[in-house]
Amino acid sequence: MLDTRRAIEVPEGVTLDVRIAGLVVRFFAWNIDFLIRGAIYMVLAMSLPNLMGRFGLGIFLIAIFMLEWFYPVLFEVFNRGATPGKRVMGIAVVQDNGVPVGWSASVTRNLLRFADFLPVFYGFGIASMLINRDFKRLGDLAAGTIVVYRSAPDKGSELHADLPLESPLPPLYPLTLEQQRAVIAFAERASMLTPERTLELANIAAPLTQATNDTAVKRLFAIANWLVGRR
Amino acid sequence: MSPQEFVARHEVQWTRLENLLGRLIKESRNKKTPSATEDSSIVTELPADQSQPHFSEFPGLYRQACHHLALARDRHYPAGVVERLNQLVLSGHQVFYAAHAGLWTNMVRFIAADFPALVRQHVRFFWLAALLLYVPILVMGIAVYLVPEMAYTLISPGDAVEMEAMYRPTVEHIGRVRGSDSDVLMFGHYIRNNIGIGFQTFAGGIMFGLGSVFYLVFNGLYMGTIAGHLTQFGYTDTFYSFVVGHGAFELNAIVLSGMAGLKLGWALLAPGQRTRQQALLHAAGISVRIMYGVVVMLLIAAFIEAFWSSSTLVPAYIKYIVGGVFWCLVAFYFTAMGKQRAD
Repeated sequence: MLDTRRAIEVPEGVTLDVRIAGLVVRFFAWNIDFLIRGAIYMVLAMSLPNLMGRFGLGIFLIAIFMLEWFYPVLFEVFNRGATPGKRVMGIAVVQDNGVPVGWSASVTRNLLRFADFLPVFYGFGIASMLINRDFKRLGDLAAGTIVVYRSAPDKGSELHADLPLESPLPPLYPLTLEQQRAVIAFAERASMLTPERTLELANIAAPLTQATNDTAVKRLFAIANWLVGRR
Repeated sequence: MSPQEFVARHEVQWTRLENLLGRLIKESRNKKTPSATEDSSIVTELPADQSQPHFSEFPGLYRQACHHLALARDRHYPAGVVERLNQLVLSGHQVFYAAHAGLWTNMVRFIAADFPALVRQHVRFFWLAALLLYVPILVMGIAVYLVPEMAYTLISPGDAVEMEAMYRPTVEHIGRVRGSDSDVLMFGHYIRNNIGIGFQTFAGGIMFGLGSVFYLVFNGLYMGTIAGHLTQFGYTDTFYSFVVGHGAFELNAIVLSGMAGLKLGWALLAPGQRTRQQALLHAAGISVRIMYGVVVMLLIAAFIEAFWSSSTLVPAYIKYIVGGVFWCLVAFYFTAMGKQRAD
């Protein structure tokens, strides 16, 4: 299935749904971190050797070492799984079972970044992410971590802000959660589809709407509105 | 119960939990443990403001939310409700299961006992990595000693001249081009360089062990070339007295990173009863702990190399003695420490 939702079972006996972050969003996050690191690097390069001579240069080399290998580790462990770049993009690293990432997992995935980087610009990492259904790079495979979207806990009512408004209509028969999600996702994304494709998709749901074409689209929007709780 | 009733009935609890989560996350960022600071107040007095939820309510509210999520899912409530509860439980789960282990106590115990025990437990990989490093050193060293031109297969004539300058018996600081650097500068250089090599040797292991083999053999050939070249030049005292001290930590640390990498590679090649994914996860858990030890050893090595090995004030024979003591210490550490933990 193309869906990026994954169910994680927690000790409380329920399953949690997380959304896995893909290649593009992680690439952006990496770029932001790259710029931040570059900025720190330049500030240090300009200040330390000038202020303290050879001693400063020694400290500078140690600082580069820390930036190269431990910048992501420290942020992931102390900042709830997110480097500044990941935080801006709204993603975070968690362990496969959903708990926050710890020292060992974070060190493993970031040391293996070196192998992911080979042969040129994250070649192996990208290949591994495209093959794996959870978008894991080699470091994630070894550390047992996934990168997921993290939305703020108090989003509540704005959750379906881009849903087109339509007077709510209950579905003809009870829908399973997957079906409900499909209807809502359809309504939310309709504005991004061509009109022909929208009709085509809406017509698939004929048993639910008991209509075709424009009426079917409207009915699906109405049902979606009912499903997200607007009644 | 209709979804609306369900939401209306539990809305208060959910907002309380949301409020609590927001504060707990903020607290953890301020590096305070809320449970420790707030515990005393539970017994003595309840918070004056009843509308503001108390930290002690968190576990209860969290479990309740889990329960509600399961119910909402089972009853096929609207996706909006399930979505919101899922989000709530997800955040709660993150906070509830955040690790608060004492880092320093663990570290001391690890160095005092767990690390050597771990290495002994997987000692076959240690010897394999050692062979992959020392055999190339010996072979290349002897080859270069007998046929000096062999040196130029790996290093350029310019590098060779620089090496000679660094270990000339009259040099001020052994191992460096004359007068160019201070001890701290070299300390920084060794940290960046040597620990980097260790990390690469480890990380290469995920390519079915090939990367680790490559870095071990390559570094072995390189070291062998330099040793052979300088020996053939007659700079034996400056060179060997320089490397003997920190070598005890550095060479063994490189072997250990190779061991950690080979362990990863072996898990992929021969996963045994596990799937390859599980075997890799399991092996990585062991390898990363070996790497913790490697970092400590390479830090020690860099310190010795920068502040002791390069000194020309200390006569060579004292360096040999101290170096010998270092090797014995390392050998003793890995053979004798942490025996009570070995299983």
